[in-house]
Order: sequence, then C-alpha cells, then structure tokens
Amino acid sequence: MRSIYISLVSEFYKSRKTLAFWAAILLPVVICSLVSFGFYSGADKILKLNAPGMMLWIKYAGATLNVMGILVMPFYVMFMAFSVNNIEHKNDTWKSLFAQPLNKFSIYTAKYLFAVTLIFICLFLFATLTYGFGHLLQVLVPKYTFSQYNPSNFLINSYSKLFLSSLGILSLQFIFSLIWGDFLKPIGIGFVGTIMGIVAGMVNWTYAYLIPYSLPALALQITQVKKGKDPLDFEIFAREIWVSLIYAGVLFIAGYFIVTRKSIK
Amino acid sequence: MSNYAIETVGLNFSFGNQTIVKDLSLQVSKGSIYGFLGPNGAGKTTTIKILLNLLKSPADQVFIFGKEINSNRIAALKKIGALVEQPAIYGHLSGKENLINRCLLLRIPKSKVAKMLALVGLTDAGDKKAGKYSLGMKQRLGIALALVSDPELLLLDEPTNGLDPNGIIEIRNLMIELATKHNKTILVSSHLLAEIERTATHVGIINKGQLLFQGTIDELHLLSKPMVEIEVDQIENASAFLVTAGYEIASKTDSKITVPFSSSADSGKLNTLLIQNGFTVSSLSKQRKDLENLFLDITKNN
Repeated sequence: MRSIYISLVSEFYKSRKTLAFWAAILLPVVICSLVSFGFYSGADKILKLNAPGMMLWIKYAGATLNVMGILVMPFYVMFMAFSVNNIEHKNDTWKSLFAQPLNKFSIYTAKYLFAVTLIFICLFLFATLTYGFGHLLQVLVPKYTFSQYNPSNFLINSYSKLFLSSLGILSLQFIFSLIWGDFLKPIGIGFVGTIMGIVAGMVNWTYAYLIPYSLPALALQITQVKKGKDPLDFEIFAREIWVSLIYAGVLFIAGYFIVTRKSIK
Repeated sequence: MSNYAIETVGLNFSFGNQTIVKDLSLQVSKGSIYGFLGPNGAGKTTTIKILLNLLKSPADQVFIFGKEINSNRIAALKKIGALVEQPAIYGHLSGKENLINRCLLLRIPKSKVAKMLALVGLTDAGDKKAGKYSLGMKQRLGIALALVSDPELLLLDEPTNGLDPNGIIEIRNLMIELATKHNKTILVSSHLLAEIERTATHVGIINKGQLLFQGTIDELHLLSKPMVEIEVDQIENASAFLVTAGYEIASKTDSKITVPFSSSADSGKLNTLLIQNGFTVSSLSKQRKDLENLFLDITKNN
C-alpha cells in the first residue's frame, strides 16, 4: 500500500505541470462558464419557457451533461489514459521507473489510480460548478426558478453514473496507451470506438451496453421512472454501470499482466 | 556472503531466435571499477538491462551481492543505481524537480537534491527545464539520479557518451572518487578501451554476446607482450640466421622481423650478433602492442 501511495504522489508531482493535469480543472471551468454565460446572456429567451425549478435545472445541467456524456467524456478519458502513460513513453523513462526498487504492481496501480483521480476531480468540479453557477444565476437573474428545486441528488447521481460508466473506457484505453507510445493508435481506436458507441446508442441497438464507449451516453439516458417518483431520482447502479465496472476490473488486471511482461528493449 | 557485487553464471538471453548474450559469466568484485568493453551491438546494454531485471533472466543465472535477482528484485534494486543508454529524464521538469521526484519514489530526504546537483556541477542549471539541457548536462543529471539513493553498486552504460573532454575527465574522476573514497562498485560499459583503461581496475571484454576476456587491467596488459622490431637487410637470411641462433620469430614483413622482448641487454646482444654476421640493422626498437589493437584483435578473432 505504501509503495502505491509513494508512486501516486510521484505521479502527481511529475504531472502537475502538464496539460493532462490542468485539463481536469480547466475543462469543467470552461464548459460550465460557457453554459452559464449562455444562460445569463440568453435569460430572456429561457424565461419565456416558464420552466419550473426542476425543468430549469434539467435544461441547465443537461446542457453540460449531454455534451460530456456523448463526446467529451470518452475523449477526455482517452486523453487521460494516453497522458499518464505518454509521460514515460515520451521521456523514455519506463526503464528507469521499472529499475526502481518498487513493486511493478504498485507503479501500474498508481498510474491507473492517478487517471481515475483526475477523472473524479474533473467530474466533481463539473457537479460543484453546475450547482454553484446555477445558484449564482439565480442571484444575477432573480426571475429564474433555480431556487425552487434542490438539484443535489440529481447532480450527484448523474455525475456518479458518468464517472463509473467511464471506467471501462479508461481501462481499455489504458492498455492501448501502455502498449503503444504514439498518439494516433490509442486515440484512433478510441475515436472509432466512440463513433461506434454513439451510433449503437442512437439506433438503440440491444447490445449497445456491451460497447464500453457507449456506456457514458447510455448511463445518462434516464429510462425507467417509477410512477409518482421524482424522475431525477434514478438508480445509480444500473446495468451499464455494472458492465463498465466489469470491463474496468478485468482490463485492469489484464493490463497488469501486460506490464509485467513488458520487455524494456 | 559472496565477494562479488555482480555474478552471472552461464547467462543466456535471446530476443526470439536472436541470441544476444551467450554463456556469459561476469564476476564483478566488490569495490572494483569494472570496465565492460565491447563494440556496439555486443550485448552490453542488454546485459545491463538484465542486471536491472528490466529484461527477465533465466532463474539462477544472475546474482547481485550473492542474491538471485528474480526472487530478490526489490532488495537487489535497492542497492543499484543505474544510467542506461540515454539518461531517462522528464523533459518538462527542471533538473532539480527530476531529482525531487526520484527522492519521493525512494523515500529519500529532499535535502539530498542540492548536494547531488553540486556533485555533478548542475547547481546553476538546477531550475532549468531538463529538456533544454545539453547532452552532457543530461548525462550528468542521469548520473546524479543514479547516485541519489547512495547505492552500493552503480551501473553506468556509456556514461561519457556525448560529453566534451572536460566532461569526460569529470566523470572519470567522479568514478574513481566513488570507488576509492566511498567504496562503491562500478560497472561501466564502453566501446572505447582508452576510456576504460584510465579508470577501471577490472575489465571484461564482450563481443557478439560472449565474454572473451575477464581479469584485472594488469592481466590485460600482460596479454600484450612487448616485442622487439628489427629493421634489417637480407630479410630471409636474417630470419633464418636468427632461428638457428635460437630466437623465436613472432612475425616477419618485407623489411622487419619481430621477436619477443626479454630484456634490454638481450636486445643489445641480438643487435651485435646480426651486425657481426654481416647484416645491416637500420633500426631496432621495443614495441608494445597497444591495447586498442589488442582489443581489436580479441574481438576480431572471435
């Protein structure tokens, strides 16, 4: 455990000046600011809809969530998996990393956990900023109805689902980025996978949930709403989440075997 | 406890069908500077990677301080500092940050960083991005990274590659200081014999994955026996005469005869003998086959 912690601290230390690290912070700040600015400058149009609190929150948070779920999230995860491994490929530091008196499993796990942590930070910021900026909009545009509904559950559930549903992609892309040092192969495969995922999701293909890349989008589709219940109070551990977690677990272990066999030529 | 810092016993290693290291039995004594010599592609870097367990060796063929490497990987690596091929440095971090990162990984106090930078002469460049370092500076930072954990054994793969003469002398002096004052064992690889000759106490010569010579630097010198080269007329008659006089002819060209050197007095006698028998000796000199040629001979003949 201690060597995982040490490796994780080192990952943070060496990545803290890279785009991958700052993207986790900049991405939510930029997207949430843009959406909020849209809601501020276009307040007149939105107010005409006369949406009650809950609907306004869905419209507002949904603007971010939909973009995130379908397109940004898969690419962000691919980019994270790529960056965490690329830092070693680019500097040719795999050999010195594996020549340290540290367990190979710790080094590998720390890298994976680092990517997971950054994705978590990114989504946590998304949820927090959505909540905060929503209330800020209420102050700036008093006619808005944001204060009528507490979106905490909705935001926590949506972003938790998005987070968990992206772990499958992360493990898969992590393996690709571990094997290939270049940008094109892992991102190219991921790109094709994402397009497949989007198409499969759009045509409602029965087995779309088996494609890791379509899981974030599927996770955000609120399908089953029980009568009389809050439609935004949905279950987190739905099928696509389990599929994502299984992918994540299996591929994480497979990745470790690839690492142990990785010959540093 | 083994007296060897590194011992390989009939080590074999291949990439697919291609044999890289064949029956290699290295014996690196503690406290020595072991020059690991061989032409490019001889298997030096592969051997160093095996010693670091970056490439997996067959069981019971590699021992670090007496312990089998595969079953004692972490314990062995704790005692080793290494610089393999091009120094592995994070280009987006400064020299100082590269060292701090290594300290984090090895749980070493960060106070060591300044000391290491001073040791390799990078104090002024400590805050500069390592990616902007010259090759020599990168090499020195690589050595600082290898030394930061104060390892007992240093594996340096061509550490003077790309360095200017001053840098080469600095590294050379550093290695001698580390071995003599700090009692470290150093294995340093090179394809330049002259480089190794100046620092190493022991030498191993490898070619095509096989060890051709292993011993002290003096033993290597002994291999290059001194000769007497005689420039003389009537070369055929002269050589026939010397043979009947009991001399062994080592080699003969159109104008020169070479015989083994025994002593200066003996060389004088030989000269007198040739002149008294009507030969004209235009020159007679003692020759030592320089190690560079010896190295070439050893590696060529195999």
